[in-house]
Amino acid sequence: MESRLAVIFKQFLEHKIAMVGALIILFLAFIAIFAPYIAPHDPIEINLKERLLSPNGEYPLGTDNLGRCVLSRIIYGTRVSLRIGIMVVGITSAVGIALGMMAGYYGRTLGEIIMRIVDIMLAFPGIILALAIAGALGPGLFNVMIALAIIGWTGYARVVRGVVLSIKEREFVESARSLGASDFYIISRHILPSCVAPVIVLATLGMANVILAAAALSFLGLGAQPPTPEWGSMLNGGRAFMRTAPHLTTFPGLAIMVTVLAFNFLGDGLRDALDPRLKEKVIER
Amino acid sequence: MLKFIAKRLLLMFIVALGVTIMTFSIMHFAPGDPAEMIAIARYGTEDVSQEEIDWIRAQEGLDAPVHIQYLRWLNHVLHGDLGRSLITGESVLTEFLLRFPATLKLAIASMIVSLLIAIPIGIISATKQYSVTDNVSMIGALIGVSMPNFWLGLLLMLLFSLYLGLLPVCGYGDGDIKHMILPAITLGTGMAAIITRLTRSSMLEVLKQDYITTARAKGLREKVIICKHALKNALIPVVTVIGLQFGWALEGAVIVETIFAWPGVGKLLVDSIFARDFAMIQGCVLFIAVIFVLVNLMVDISYAYLDPRIRYEKEGR
Repeated sequence: MESRLAVIFKQFLEHKIAMVGALIILFLAFIAIFAPYIAPHDPIEINLKERLLSPNGEYPLGTDNLGRCVLSRIIYGTRVSLRIGIMVVGITSAVGIALGMMAGYYGRTLGEIIMRIVDIMLAFPGIILALAIAGALGPGLFNVMIALAIIGWTGYARVVRGVVLSIKEREFVESARSLGASDFYIISRHILPSCVAPVIVLATLGMANVILAAAALSFLGLGAQPPTPEWGSMLNGGRAFMRTAPHLTTFPGLAIMVTVLAFNFLGDGLRDALDPRLKEKVIER
Repeated sequence: MLKFIAKRLLLMFIVALGVTIMTFSIMHFAPGDPAEMIAIARYGTEDVSQEEIDWIRAQEGLDAPVHIQYLRWLNHVLHGDLGRSLITGESVLTEFLLRFPATLKLAIASMIVSLLIAIPIGIISATKQYSVTDNVSMIGALIGVSMPNFWLGLLLMLLFSLYLGLLPVCGYGDGDIKHMILPAITLGTGMAAIITRLTRSSMLEVLKQDYITTARAKGLREKVIICKHALKNALIPVVTVIGLQFGWALEGAVIVETIFAWPGVGKLLVDSIFARDFAMIQGCVLFIAVIFVLVNLMVDISYAYLDPRIRYEKEGR
């Protein structure tokens, strides 16, 4: 087992892009944790005398229409985005694994029902359903998280079910069963470990998708509400001042892109290292 | 083939039914009393009396049990009646159909943009696997996927409209093609990234096949092998994704139309959400989902037609 881990780790190290992604993520996590020590100003303090300043010595990325420091807001925004990503991915992967496991392991009927629900969820183009649910629930970050969680579990359920179906019939599971192993034992000792690799890949790419979707919903005005420093809503707020203060529409977007890119880099590398066969499935979703 | 189509149709029927349940439920996600919300939306004021609310509850049939309400709603929907906007009182169906052509135009234009970028790059990447060009294009594709389309839209607007003054900032411009360029590029870039990767991987797969080796052994020129022998088969998976692309186009349209003030269904949906116009939201979501389901059905069938292996595999289940 250890040698296999070593091989995976070696492949991962050789994957330069994944390493870049991992380093950026570490850096972002560092920024999120130590935001109060890094940010030069208070992210929500209004200072109307210094509004819409271009980047300068005092404010490295300028100020917004209320005179708030853009750099500090972007730094605190890291916390918001990473928190949404972790919470939504945590919930969706747990639900998706549980349902995928049930769909694959127990009976045809339950499996069929769960997979039809997955089909129904996939019948909506991704963000449309999240948008409508978040819209019905009303603006707010928590509601955006609920909406993204409702639509997000299907990918995990699908992949886990596939893994379970392919492993269930293998000899070692058969022999475990004939030796009188319980369902719980078989699932936790034989089936769950095989799901770890694909789920890690999906969850990493899921972080990218969730952060992007949450920023998009906030950009539309549904997610973070003022004065929360959130990248998507910062971009939206900057739109009115595009002509005079273009820094408001450039830097927050850059932060979103770098974060999403880092998770995509890492997810891509992990996929190559852990399970090359997964490649096409993930792209299609 | 007929069996396959029949099976797909049955599946689609189940999915469509689920879609209506899901869409109907959206309104019930909202906190508070639906009758009160309708009253507020209709009279445009928070200050509505209990009598008015009760009257609306009775009139809209909101006092019935939820499943009865759903069946009534479904019955209306099946008769082509999606209700009326709570704000303007216009028929939801009319409004949607009025806005749909703009979205369709944008979706098609962006798909053309994405295919024009993706297929050549995908082919070149595959034929020169692991070369500098390949690596750069693959990193570029990842950047394309990670690029928030709302940010790309703003940047393009900043550069081409505000600084260079080459293109209009936003609006529909009575169908003038100049107005479509920036929205189409914004929407097309993200899609291009995905198609590029798919074209590359599918091309790589095909290039490993025996008949390509045979063609090479015959001494055919590489160009002929790539364009005539490999490309045709490599594009089959791309066809499926074009169907999914359409869904992505509808999804992206929500944001792109909002940025560029493009009068399509995406903007209609966003506007309705902020006006809390639930009839309109339900109508838009249902319509978009149904269109997506139908497109996917067509893609599935054409895919099975193009590649018989799929058909047998699925029938054999």
